[in-house]
Amino acid sequence: MEKDQEKILNEVTQGDYKYGFYTDIETEAIPKGLNEDVIRTISKKKNEPDFLLDFRLKAYNHWKKMRMPEWAHLKIPKIDYQDIIYYAAPKQNPKLKSLDEVDPELKKTFDKLGIPLDEQKILTGVAVDAVMDSVSVKTTFKEALAELGIIFCSFSEAVQKHPDLIKKYMGTVVPYSDNYFAALNSAVFSDGSFCYIPKGIRCPMELSTYFRINAANTGQFERTLIVAEEGSYVSYLEGCTAPQRDENQLHAAIVEIIAEANAEVKYSTVQNWYPGDKDGKGGIFNFVTKRGICKGDYSKISWTQVETGSAITWKYPGCILKGNNSVGEFYSVAVTNNFQQADTGTKMIHIGRNTKSTVVSKGISAGRSNNSYRGLVKIMKNAKNARNFSQCDSLLLGDKCGAHTFPYIEVVNPDAIIEHEATTSKIGEDQIFYCNQRGISTEDAIGLIVNGYAKEVFNKLPMEFAVEAQKLLQITLEGSVG
Amino acid sequence: MLSIKNLFATIDGKEILKGIDLKVQPGEVHAIMGPNGSGKSTLASVLVGRDLVKVTKGEVTYKGVDLLKLSPEERSLAGIFLGFQYPIEIPGVSMVNFMKTAVNEHRKTKGLDPLSAGDFLKMMRERKNLVEIDSALTNRSVNEGFSGGEKKKNEIFQMAMLEPELSILDETDSGLDIDALKIVANGVNRLKTSKNATIVITHYQRLLDYIIPDKVHVLYNGKIVKSGGKELALELEEKGYEWIKKEIN
Repeated sequence: MEKDQEKILNEVTQGDYKYGFYTDIETEAIPKGLNEDVIRTISKKKNEPDFLLDFRLKAYNHWKKMRMPEWAHLKIPKIDYQDIIYYAAPKQNPKLKSLDEVDPELKKTFDKLGIPLDEQKILTGVAVDAVMDSVSVKTTFKEALAELGIIFCSFSEAVQKHPDLIKKYMGTVVPYSDNYFAALNSAVFSDGSFCYIPKGIRCPMELSTYFRINAANTGQFERTLIVAEEGSYVSYLEGCTAPQRDENQLHAAIVEIIAEANAEVKYSTVQNWYPGDKDGKGGIFNFVTKRGICKGDYSKISWTQVETGSAITWKYPGCILKGNNSVGEFYSVAVTNNFQQADTGTKMIHIGRNTKSTVVSKGISAGRSNNSYRGLVKIMKNAKNARNFSQCDSLLLGDKCGAHTFPYIEVVNPDAIIEHEATTSKIGEDQIFYCNQRGISTEDAIGLIVNGYAKEVFNKLPMEFAVEAQKLLQITLEGSVG
Repeated sequence: MLSIKNLFATIDGKEILKGIDLKVQPGEVHAIMGPNGSGKSTLASVLVGRDLVKVTKGEVTYKGVDLLKLSPEERSLAGIFLGFQYPIEIPGVSMVNFMKTAVNEHRKTKGLDPLSAGDFLKMMRERKNLVEIDSALTNRSVNEGFSGGEKKKNEIFQMAMLEPELSILDETDSGLDIDALKIVANGVNRLKTSKNATIVITHYQRLLDYIIPDKVHVLYNGKIVKSGGKELALELEEKGYEWIKKEIN
């Protein structure tokens, strides 16, 4: 029996990362290292207004004084920040008028990833902003959205065309001084997506950003800013992959969401950065700060994430519930296998009256991985009648992996009702045997059980992506049994 | 169809089966009776390939194949079904999804295409009627929150869906009230054909009032100590297992 388990666990390690290819494309990069000149160079390349360069320099000077956080349940190898390239861009005509001008190699890359940049080919009605290394390659359906007054474009383009909006909102939810990686991102970020939904508009399609790291030795630092004006609605999806490399690559992103009164923003992530090989070599270090503010009354922000990739994940998408009766939600499935480490969860900060938050976190650990949930629920003084419900479940596959839960609850208003439920389970051998006895292989049995376990979260994803996420989960766990 | 020869098996090093011989032909119903701890469930476990039981000696052939060489799922796909004594709960996995996966695996083995969602639901409805099972059961997660009786009925329903050639029902009658017992027995009887065989493992004679066995075997201390027709079950009921023990000693 032991031997069988060993054998099956070993098979896990052969589960291939199918996005590990590299596109040979001419890249323009600046030399390795980080200093003020590098920041000035990035800002100049992007032809940025002065306020943005100021912001970057302030962030950089703040970052220099900071130390890398060590509180997470992660073993992080030393990162040499002078050994990273902070700007790399596929060389191409900077102003694209039509898709024909996109480098065919680039188009092929995104086709291979299942992200067609050709609007005619898109069946699902999803508008895509494709970001490769440091720059946005192409944004689809821009014109159609513009008719409704919706702005959906790369961050760089927004800086040029809507500097007032950027100036007004950037850094208001995640200030550059927020944390070490937020400061780093604020200093060197190169691109990302910007999305603005005007008052009363319901965005008719899913908006999606697809991030791809391609160049070697490069860090990816993008930021996304979503502004939903009063009474508007948008559903946003983010996906990401990277080539298979032996060295670790750094990804430090920021996402900021602002929801005005009665606005609703749904933000979904299917994170599939390269996780490293079966011996824990290579993989992306994913240090991300995501936060939304429910600024107006009755506003709502939902985070849904399916985390399957990265060697290390450090990520706590949160909601600041400032408006009265505002709602924050966090639904997460985090899967770790082999030597992956994840420390992820959420922060729900209740400021307004009658604010409500829901947290559903499903951790799945296999191989020798470690998976931690870390969540903060904070009820401030004026948050009368605040409510939170948190449910944190862990599922273990095998006996060499770990699951950990670190809930933090801070309450200063006696009206608050807070519930926290947590379970830890193991896929039982008898469950697998029961499936076997009905003719279902062990692989498929695990797929069934794990997908059943994570269903509650998958149901929150836009339909097409739920299917993709399910498949991804199965690939990630290929072969792992407990 | 099934031939067991001089079978010895251990659990955690302890010898439980001590030389079993049994032959089952298509169309037959065999009842295996015996006191607690005699090795009835162990025998069922060997037949379906539970790895906690180690076969130390003997052979088992099923339709001409060495059964002991097949994995548990291969045995299922070859037509062997076990009605579990304690059916397992699988939270989050719907009965529909579970059965659909199982049925399509069986179809794949037979070279058939997977059933469409519509055809599958139709099949489910038909089989539910056949075994008189409440619709609500199949809308829930596998066995989750089912009562003891519901779990047993669910086993018979799964048997109806998978149409096995050899069914082994391990103490299917335990924990059933008389109405549920009748439903389960009727299900088994309706699924009976001249091509399939059933092994009913039971402690009591009660179930055999409804499922009429062709042969009855008494298992005691890891061996089949007595075999006979259906009247053996009645005799056993009347005289108790002490009678067998005395007769052997």
